[in-house]
Amino acid sequence: MKRVVITGQGTINALGNNVAQTIDAMANGKCGIGELEFPNADRLSIKIGGQIKNFDASERFSRQQLNFYDPFTQFALIAAEQAISQSGLVFDGELAEFSGVILGTAGGGLQTQDENYRSVYEDGKNRVHPFVVPRLMNNSAVSHVSMTHGLKGPCFTVSTACASSNHAMGQAFQMVQSGAAKAMITGGSESMLCFGGIKAWEGLRVMSNTGCRPFCASRDGMVQGEGAAVFVFEEYEHARVRGAEILAEVAGFAMSSDASDIVMPSVGGARRAIQGALNSAGLNPTDVGYINAHGTGTAANDKTECAAIKDALGDHAYNVMVSSTKSMHGHLIGGTGAVEMLACIAAIKDGVIAPTINLRDSDPECDLDFVPNEARQTSVDVAISNAFAFGGLNAVIALRKI
Amino acid sequence: MSVQDKIVEIIAEQAVLEPSDVSLEMGIEELGLDSMGLVETVFAIEENFDVSVPFNANDPSASDFDVSSVQSIVTAVEGLIAAKSA
Repeated sequence: MKRVVITGQGTINALGNNVAQTIDAMANGKCGIGELEFPNADRLSIKIGGQIKNFDASERFSRQQLNFYDPFTQFALIAAEQAISQSGLVFDGELAEFSGVILGTAGGGLQTQDENYRSVYEDGKNRVHPFVVPRLMNNSAVSHVSMTHGLKGPCFTVSTACASSNHAMGQAFQMVQSGAAKAMITGGSESMLCFGGIKAWEGLRVMSNTGCRPFCASRDGMVQGEGAAVFVFEEYEHARVRGAEILAEVAGFAMSSDASDIVMPSVGGARRAIQGALNSAGLNPTDVGYINAHGTGTAANDKTECAAIKDALGDHAYNVMVSSTKSMHGHLIGGTGAVEMLACIAAIKDGVIAPTINLRDSDPECDLDFVPNEARQTSVDVAISNAFAFGGLNAVIALRKI
Repeated sequence: MSVQDKIVEIIAEQAVLEPSDVSLEMGIEELGLDSMGLVETVFAIEENFDVSVPFNANDPSASDFDVSSVQSIVTAVEGLIAAKSA
């Protein structure tokens, strides 16, 4: 089995247009959630989200490119460019054929669907742009990253709702670990902040209009975000020989299914995924220093997740720092695990522990160290990132300092 | 703007050329238009002239819409506009 390390990272999300801005915002407990701005937002009952506002797609991409790039593809391309540039890898020859792209997304080109349904149903138009299909398909982001950087190995999209990114990164990890790939570009991307995207979520009555307050007794639901984060996972020896900067080691990964309910989470499924990730990494519960929680801010997730962490780590659960950065960047659904991986890398590489902001009132069912409101500076050797999706699909990744 | 000038403008935009560099006898390949560019051209023509172009990208030469040159496209579109107002 090969060892797998991360040699590049990139992002665009509500906290920043690159990793440095994002980590700086997390370190300062900055909130990226604000008023939603897009057509027909006035007809929504949910008015807030972690929307990317300091970004003009027409400055970054040509008109011809934008014909093919839904926002979820734009975000993925921006993040991938940063990650690959940092890694210093150039994909040609044999390396290109043994390197690929696996990204998570739940909605894919949802904005393209939304705009074109509006056009044909509401505006009564009888023709749509020729590239609606290649723009909306869920593998559009993966294919454009592959085409842009010449990655010719395994490339596909993973879609498991809120666990999409973690499942995608887990697949990428296993491909490099098994020797099937030398390097994989992986992470996730989401752009659900449009009228249809939010309207659908409103129906579930799990959205907050007052803010994202994970683990706080006053929490009243989740807040959506948008954006992408992308990483370069590389075989350790390959990275070492070429003298690449190693950000962290991907030490383990596990997935599980609750096999019980389509929306309600289960303690047992979450616990098995956490334990599985530690087992796969050869780690003990007491090795864990930081957990980036799924921490959605819903009543159901937060208490279930706390119980699962306690079951998996035993008494050590009370020594571990657990934070939900969704309080700052919102829930990026299929892209969320990727943006949250940035916080795990910052913990390991820089000793920056991102806080859970908006945490005011203690909840007896949520009694762990949530790093409330202010970031901490302390050394961490092992961090894990939780993702527990609708449909009962859980995926947990463990990182280790190298 | 005449039908011909508008079509030259549409094709020039898709081919990333100046309209002055597009002449009527030029063919699709000479213009550097790939299959996607041709489909976008057909879409832009439909939008601009409110016509329905009988064009199948699976086999462009089999359809009634002659895309062999800029002139043939202009002639075909003029025919569609005339048919619409008839």
